[in-house]
Amino acid sequence: MNFSYNETQEMLRDTLARFLADTYDFETRRKMIASDAGRDPGIWRALATELGILGAPFSEEQGGLGGGAVENMIVMEQLGEAIAIEPYLQTVVIGGGALRAAGGAQADALIPQIIGGDAIIAFAYAEPQSRYELHNLRTTAKKDGPGWVLNGHKAVVYAAPWATHLLVTARTGGGQRDADGVSLFLVEANRPGIVRRDYPTVDGFRASEIYFENCSVPDEALLGPEGGALPLIEKIVDEATAAVCAEGTGVMRRLHAGTMDYAKQRKQFGRAIADFQVLQHRMVDMFMEAEQSASMTLMATLKLELPDTERMAAVSQAKAKVGKGLKFTGQSAVQIHGGIGITDELAIGHYFKRATMIEGQFGSVDHHLSRFERLSVGD
Amino acid sequence: MDLEFSPEDLAFREEARRFIAENYPKALRGKQDEGEELAKEDFLSWHRALAKQGWIAPAWPKEYGGPGWTTTQRFIWSEELARADTLPILPFGINMVGPVIYTFGTPEQKARFLPRILSGEDWWCQGYSEPGAGSDLASLRTRAVRDGDHYIVNGQKTWTTLAQHADWGFFLVRTDPESKPQEGISFLLIDMKSPGVTVRPIITLGGEHEVNEVWLEDVRVPVDQRIYEENKGWTCAKFLLAHERTGIAGVARSKRGVERIKNIARSEMDGDKPLIANPFFKRKIAELEIDLTALEYTELRTLASEASGRGPGPESSLLKIKGTEIQQRITELALEAVGHYGAPYFRGFGEGDNEHPIGPDYAHRAAPTYFNGRKTSIYGGSNEIQRNIIAKMVLGL
Repeated sequence: MNFSYNETQEMLRDTLARFLADTYDFETRRKMIASDAGRDPGIWRALATELGILGAPFSEEQGGLGGGAVENMIVMEQLGEAIAIEPYLQTVVIGGGALRAAGGAQADALIPQIIGGDAIIAFAYAEPQSRYELHNLRTTAKKDGPGWVLNGHKAVVYAAPWATHLLVTARTGGGQRDADGVSLFLVEANRPGIVRRDYPTVDGFRASEIYFENCSVPDEALLGPEGGALPLIEKIVDEATAAVCAEGTGVMRRLHAGTMDYAKQRKQFGRAIADFQVLQHRMVDMFMEAEQSASMTLMATLKLELPDTERMAAVSQAKAKVGKGLKFTGQSAVQIHGGIGITDELAIGHYFKRATMIEGQFGSVDHHLSRFERLSVGD
Repeated sequence: MDLEFSPEDLAFREEARRFIAENYPKALRGKQDEGEELAKEDFLSWHRALAKQGWIAPAWPKEYGGPGWTTTQRFIWSEELARADTLPILPFGINMVGPVIYTFGTPEQKARFLPRILSGEDWWCQGYSEPGAGSDLASLRTRAVRDGDHYIVNGQKTWTTLAQHADWGFFLVRTDPESKPQEGISFLLIDMKSPGVTVRPIITLGGEHEVNEVWLEDVRVPVDQRIYEENKGWTCAKFLLAHERTGIAGVARSKRGVERIKNIARSEMDGDKPLIANPFFKRKIAELEIDLTALEYTELRTLASEASGRGPGPESSLLKIKGTEIQQRITELALEAVGHYGAPYFRGFGEGDNEHPIGPDYAHRAAPTYFNGRKTSIYGGSNEIQRNIIAKMVLGL
């Protein structure tokens, strides 16, 4: 057993941490979010070319750093510490993960573009009625000559306004909630028949509602088996869930550290509020939540390649635990800060907002508790 | 002991219900349904309708313009307001400074200020907290120095709710820097249009402009705008805090909130069933309702003992803690219920913007309301401070 990072992994963590500390301070982030594009493309470019981290989980033959899920975990935790809005999760973890798993010509063509910072992928999987059920799909893809025609509405697609490609789940057969008949497509974002409505999200990202209106895509757009892509999609989403657990761990660490700093400085009743035992215990509880999140994230990340049911059980345990921790840590941070914690001016409130959104991302606490229950104790 | 309403009470309930149905401003209802930002005039339109009827200040003694209702009638009234989902009446004039003025003010002060509070002519704000004085309110540093018939006030207040609309503010200021913290404070009424008063917005996490900083620079305040004796302002402040806490339970509003969550959960699908059929979610609603009933009957017991002559005491801290915890859980459940559609940030309708917001109507404000709701366990004396009050004043620890 070895839980230490190797030298390359340590370097990855330290390089990224330094880069984010230098370039991603709170004011810079605020300006980025307020700009028309909602991001600074130069940062993404720098992550690709200066740091080379967009290749972290890809093999060396593919032009990557030869890492995997652990590298994604390292990157996501650092991005969480900076509440960065970079589309690493969508592009590298999810898009890259799908391409690696599916292989083929699409993968060969696109992975170098991801690593080089030229491709941004958004994951269009949720629908207005789907909640967290991945196979609950009304979006359809119908065979049409040599290609496919997509129709349907995808909800709250993070990073879609920035994307060059969309990874889309659609039904090629079966009924709305059947496990069979689910397929996965990778389509260029600017294809005719794709209508987007863009908007900011409460946690500082940009997202879109996406409407496919008789959108024709070539046959190569199909990724993985026709009608049998659900296991692949479940695996990709589990990888993404482990990644947001890592991000959540980074967010929690900063919520805790920021609260500690504030409580030591803030004086009431003639002493620092950190002197009050009731607040000390609360900060101890925050610390314990952050530590347990790190543990659960590591556990889930290391089990991503196990057989499906073991992987699912591990990821759901992690997300349920991390989700609870995010809520407790976020609420406690705001409470200990007092009124200033609810203002837009201080970073802490923005960590709280991201924490809140991670809580629901790829399944709420209840969703993952239920999935774990089914796997652990049966129906 | 009796849980049933008398025939008179039931008749009152009918009257109250009819009045709200016939008089609640229609324009306001529309704006609330659409989640539009409310202007000063929106708040005032409902205030004026109630003032005209003589129902604006249910808790005030009749001699000062209250309707003379029994405790039960007041309870029924707040239930009916919540049931109709009316805009809350702003508390700063009616619930806060009004009772201070009729309890501690001179006859001249009562005649000057109370009628304008009732009519809504004056919009009030509260100048209590300072950047360095939050939970430790008595450490406030805003200074008022006597200069003939005036005080000259200098300092900074913060978290001043809706001060951008205010005509008047009630302020705690230090008039004796030498004595113990609580003993050198006075309670001043300040015309917000006075030279030297500056109001600056604080934007909160949901993007709202609800609270402000108020800067006071050499503001001249006539001495006859001081309530009660010089250096005895803490007495008024403590009285007011206890008053603020009874309303803060918000039982009727929370009942309405529980209904709203049930409605959302009936609309949202979870697999092939509505979310309300999800046993986890159902259980959380049930637990919330049970806690709300416990709060309701605790409040009723407090009201009953008030009716028998005891003023609201430190027990009201219990109502504040449990009331705000429940309010926050309601916002949590609402956000959980809306799923993915909690994420889109709805900035309200800008000028010329008539696009429908993203997702179902009940989802637009779920996240901002949750974020903003964190304030309730902080304001009005944080819940930690309330627990200290119970420990000290109720348990004698």
